[in-house]
Amino acid sequence: MATIPTTASEIAAAVASGALTAREVLEAHLARIDEREADIHAFNLVTADAARAQADAIDADIAAGRPVGPLAGVPIAIKDNMCTHGIETTCSSKILEGWKPPYDATVVTRLRSAGAVMVGKTNLDEFAMGSSTENSAFGTTRNPLDTSRVPGGSSGGSAAAVAAGFSPVSLGSDTGGSIRQPAALCGVVGVKPTYGLVSRYGLVAYASSLDQIGPFATTVSDAALITEVIAGHDVMDSTSIPQEAPSLVGAVSQGVAGMRIGRVVDLPGGAEPEVSARLDAAFAALAAAGATIVDVTLPSLGYALTAYYLIAPAEASSNLARFDGVRYGLRVNAVDTNAMYGATRAAGFGDEVKRRIMLGTYALSAGYYDAYYGKALKVRRLIAQDFEKAYESVDTILMPTSPLVAFKFGEKADDPMSMYLCDIYTIPTNLAGHPAMSVPFGTGAHGLPVGIQVLAPALGEAAMFRVGGALEAAAGGAQ
Amino acid sequence: MSDSPLSSIVATPEQMLPGGWEMVVGLEVHVELATATKLFSGSPNRFGDEPNINIDPVTLGLPGALPVLNKKAVELAMRIGLALNCRIQRCIFHRKNYFYPDQPKAYQISQYDLPLNADGHLELPSGVVIGVERAHLEEDTGKSTHVGGATGRIHGSDYSLMDFNRAGVPLVEIVSRPDIRTSEQAREYVSELRSILEAIGASDAKMEEGSMRCDANVSVHKPGTPFGTRCEIKNVNSIRALGRAIDYEARRQIDIIDSGGVIRQETRHWDDAEGRTHTLRTKEDADDYRYFPEPDLVTVDPSKEWIEEVRAALPPLPAARRAMLHELTGYDVRSEAVVVAVERGQHEYVKAVIDAGGDPVKALIYVTQAFAEAGASPAVPAADIAALTLLERDNKLSATQAKTVLAEIVANGGGDAAAIAASKGFEAMDTSAVEAMVDEAIAADPDAWAKYCAGEEKAAGAIVGRIMKASKGKADGKVVSAIMQSRRG
Repeated sequence: MATIPTTASEIAAAVASGALTAREVLEAHLARIDEREADIHAFNLVTADAARAQADAIDADIAAGRPVGPLAGVPIAIKDNMCTHGIETTCSSKILEGWKPPYDATVVTRLRSAGAVMVGKTNLDEFAMGSSTENSAFGTTRNPLDTSRVPGGSSGGSAAAVAAGFSPVSLGSDTGGSIRQPAALCGVVGVKPTYGLVSRYGLVAYASSLDQIGPFATTVSDAALITEVIAGHDVMDSTSIPQEAPSLVGAVSQGVAGMRIGRVVDLPGGAEPEVSARLDAAFAALAAAGATIVDVTLPSLGYALTAYYLIAPAEASSNLARFDGVRYGLRVNAVDTNAMYGATRAAGFGDEVKRRIMLGTYALSAGYYDAYYGKALKVRRLIAQDFEKAYESVDTILMPTSPLVAFKFGEKADDPMSMYLCDIYTIPTNLAGHPAMSVPFGTGAHGLPVGIQVLAPALGEAAMFRVGGALEAAAGGAQ
Repeated sequence: MSDSPLSSIVATPEQMLPGGWEMVVGLEVHVELATATKLFSGSPNRFGDEPNINIDPVTLGLPGALPVLNKKAVELAMRIGLALNCRIQRCIFHRKNYFYPDQPKAYQISQYDLPLNADGHLELPSGVVIGVERAHLEEDTGKSTHVGGATGRIHGSDYSLMDFNRAGVPLVEIVSRPDIRTSEQAREYVSELRSILEAIGASDAKMEEGSMRCDANVSVHKPGTPFGTRCEIKNVNSIRALGRAIDYEARRQIDIIDSGGVIRQETRHWDDAEGRTHTLRTKEDADDYRYFPEPDLVTVDPSKEWIEEVRAALPPLPAARRAMLHELTGYDVRSEAVVVAVERGQHEYVKAVIDAGGDPVKALIYVTQAFAEAGASPAVPAADIAALTLLERDNKLSATQAKTVLAEIVANGGGDAAAIAASKGFEAMDTSAVEAMVDEAIAADPDAWAKYCAGEEKAAGAIVGRIMKASKGKADGKVVSAIMQSRRG
């Protein structure tokens, strides 16, 4: 068997040219999954048979000279909160166990049309609520770089799948950092696009005004390629931005000469010293590459976490009220219907999900709305204004993705507040609806990877990928 | 409903309830829009189908499904707003969170503090103007049937069947201001609203099929004092029931207050068979809907151009149609014949009869009397009716004969009035023959004649009856009474 390239773009080129078959590529990845999945547990479900059928169909197309898409034969892992027609979609929750959606999420449809081959559904914190994947009802995912440590979350399975080489690329969803934080902890690239750039149709909602789908990849260029494929207007999602998918791959190698990069002078503290050191190194690298570093202030950033933990649970409390044991998923029978609802939810939802449903229900309740949810919306507007002002003088902003490198299992699981603090640098962009990406940039404590986050204004993906590409180049040079 | 403490709208003395009480009523009318598809998905909006066939991931609230607003529904809602003189404004949707089996998402997408249509009014045929606070868009629920148990309600039933065909059907909720002061006004309001909705093609507005549903907020107070505590009456399924329910509820509240009691704010259920309301839930049991802006939808901001386009396409409203009939016939816009003809949508047909040369007044009367069930466009050539009106006008047929001919024309879907009259041997009696008959009748019943001569008008009936019987309906009633009056002197 020929050597299998590690990036999606190389695989697609090799498959399209006939140098490799999609089936060969797939089997190589399935073999890696066989080898390490028992240890990593990146997947809730490996869809090997469906993947083989899909790969064979692509090979048949190529043999027959039919045109193939830009991701022909590229294996991809999909976070298990995106609907896949006829394939179990659980959100790592017992309450949805066994549910097979009667439709595909728009991103799944687009990936399939582009020739990508889905290898499985990846593990997550239940309903995407968490930062370590420890909240999964189906067991934790281990960080492939150190299996005593968490992969981050909530898209821990998708990050681990790419880090372990189970697939060159994967999809996650990011509500408060759920793509970028695990990308940082697993040493891969993770992108949260502008809210509305990628359709949410078929993404099981956690917090609808914040959720956004995006890719994991081993290279910035692959992340740009996947973003191009999944982005663009979708009539099935009213919040989808009515414009074509942008061209992004070209931006990755453009360099940062002349760009203005923001350094947040009033960044909330809490980052490990090694993480802060890598941030300084990143600024130095970009400056060396011709960018200008400009100080900016984001005075409302300190309130972002609080606002997020009102808005996201409020929306979640509404989004998750439909899970009642009647129409799909788990049902725990009881003496009457009301008791059945209670028993189903008690058994079906995990502690963190219950905690957020209660928080959100309270925040929206009559008499409390103005003090909690209403005020959180005001903070959200303030944060957006802060960013708007900052982007008058800079093209992108740099900050750490996560204050910490990958931590040990159980280290934070019993202390929700310290877990919530993992998202302190990622949440603000979700509140603003802006894009941001995490790029691996050297290592911190215990030799574990550190991710540097590149933030950009709405639809500023091209600038973001330019900076991401430059960081990747600098990091590669440093290694 | 707004709670203005002191209202400038006061019942007239004859509208007051005994004991100096005044009722204050506001109505919430839900209408299903006549769109081809649902408010947020492409499933058909169709009544009467086999259960659970007009469904899709959005309708069922499946995880991951997202709503997409139906533009036609917005347009129909705008028509309603314009017909009710509302301001059409930039608006958003909210989630109204409540858990019930017929609500598959556990929330209803509705509008809250920013409705599409606001601050309108509706002038009733009687001239009373009722304020319209808002007319907002929302989605309908599914339909649940609770099987077993005594009440037909969910509690105590053996099992429940769900039909989601109706879930997601577009509704407009039209909320009146508390400007209604009598049950008659309430009936008039709903009836006028129904005519408008039909006229503008927004809804078929059938209360019996549930495409129009009405809840009434009823309170009582003494004029010049703040409004009383209101109760919301649900399950009112006809215009007649609406009037009965409001009258019952106002009486119930007055009785409680008169006997020293206090009205509790609550939702009450109208039982049409028993003719009374009873408690459904009290304010304390009311759901906290936890409204918040629907994050899956974007702001709707109808452009001026769109609003004007919709306004320009509006057909004449019932008030304009009544004015047209008034112009044509001279009948008052509030007269029963005019109101009924417009309510049934028969104004165009009346006009067609008149345009065909028919006598205007008789055209209006014939159409409203003969085509009660025939709908807007009876399947009878207007010219046939026109011909008949002329025969009667020219005294070639008596009113009774004309009625018989009309019935035959209607039954046959048309016909030549003169030929039908001839075939029945109808001919105008000459006046001398009628005079002879009057004399015969007076001779046969001198008592009645004496009473009639003494001014007892009712006594004329016996005499006229004899004449009609003797003439087999050929005598013209008008001629008969003219002769009788001249004989009486």
